[in-house]
Amino acid sequence: MTDQHSGTLEPYEVFRQEKEGGPMIHGGNVLAPDPELAVHYARELFARRSESTRLWVVRRADVHVLDDPDLLDPPLDRSFKKPGGYVMRDKLAAARGRAGTAKPGARAASHDTTGRRTGKTG
Amino acid sequence: MTDPLALDPVLPVRERSERPWNLDLPHDERFAHFEAHVTAGGKIEATDWMPDEYRTAVLRFVEMHGNSELMGVLPEREWIMRAPTLRRKLALTAKVQDEAGHALLLYRVAEDLGKSREAIIEDLLAGKTKFHNVFHYPTHSWGDIGIIAWLVDAAAIVAQQALRDSSYAPYARTMQKICWEESVHIMHGRDVVVTLVNGTAGQRDMVQEALNRWWGPLMQMHGPRSDRAKDRDLHWRIKAKTSEELRQEFLAIYVPRIRELGLVIPDPELRYDEAAGEWRYTEPDWDELRTVVTNHGPRSEARLEFRRLNRDETRWVRETILAGSPAVAA
Repeated sequence: MTDQHSGTLEPYEVFRQEKEGGPMIHGGNVLAPDPELAVHYARELFARRSESTRLWVVRRADVHVLDDPDLLDPPLDRSFKKPGGYVMRDKLAAARGRAGTAKPGARAASHDTTGRRTGKTG
Repeated sequence: MTDPLALDPVLPVRERSERPWNLDLPHDERFAHFEAHVTAGGKIEATDWMPDEYRTAVLRFVEMHGNSELMGVLPEREWIMRAPTLRRKLALTAKVQDEAGHALLLYRVAEDLGKSREAIIEDLLAGKTKFHNVFHYPTHSWGDIGIIAWLVDAAAIVAQQALRDSSYAPYARTMQKICWEESVHIMHGRDVVVTLVNGTAGQRDMVQEALNRWWGPLMQMHGPRSDRAKDRDLHWRIKAKTSEELRQEFLAIYVPRIRELGLVIPDPELRYDEAAGEWRYTEPDWDELRTVVTNHGPRSEARLEFRRLNRDETRWVRETILAGSPAVAA
């Protein structure tokens, strides 16, 4: 990998996986002149007591960032995109009243979140 | 046809994750937004705009912390070859590596704030920046190593746990990892101390004498009481607790654990004041603290000189790394 050697130190971001199948979690960063040494440093800093099963080491300059709130957190009501946006407890009660039926047991109710309120919408 | 009103914003702007200090506004407006965010408990990332006052305060705090981790390995390093068993030697070596690793992690945080590692080390070796008082003292026995790993690290972790809530998010995240490793050091130190108090009369004396030596510096370690309202680091929420709060927390947890072992804390004034709900103690020697942290402690100059020598001896490694592998000889 010496062909990638720039002669200057650059930050590399380190992501760790704590166990197989788990998510990659940002662990921190190291400063290195090339990817090969960055991986060695990351191993010494983030995996020397068996706390990681995998590391991803990424040159910081190669990370593309999106943090524009207009795109990530638009100020419009998006409750229709979330299960909590569908609150039908009262409507269900009315429907049962019209049909003359009783509320089913706990087993049936556990299959969806119908009627539960989840607070914030949007 | 879509009702145009249905597209109107329904959430007030303040609920959104906007970071208005990053917008191109006049400085005072940015400053006000930033200050309001931080003092309300908001987090700042390295990529955020930040006022110079904040950047300088975080940098100074993190740099001092990193320096202390780096210099803190020196007293312990002296005992690696003298550790009584192979397991103790391995544990102490691992602790030294951890502390050097903490310095590296903290220097990375400082570097992202704009000061290079090279400059940080230069300033440390030139005596322009400080490191914690406890690392300016000599070690006399293996008992000191137990007391340092147990109680110095315990006093440090009381402060460090509070830093996991720091407003500067990269620092707060780093502290999570550091606290996790420090908790191992405390167990290692406590195990050394408990083993010694179960030993011969000579071993018990060794621990008691070490405690006598370290109690003064331990009580000075968090610094003199400060005025909460005037503390800039508290204002910016870089740290969450005052010196006295940290000292009280340390005493509350560790005085019972020290006394449980039959050790005597060398302060006749030390007692818990039920009515006031706090610990009373002999006023620590603040002159000693000032003398020591300005590099006039008993081992200040020797430890800095060791670092300077070490820096010279390892220069070729840094140069080799920066130069890349030597071109295959033509």
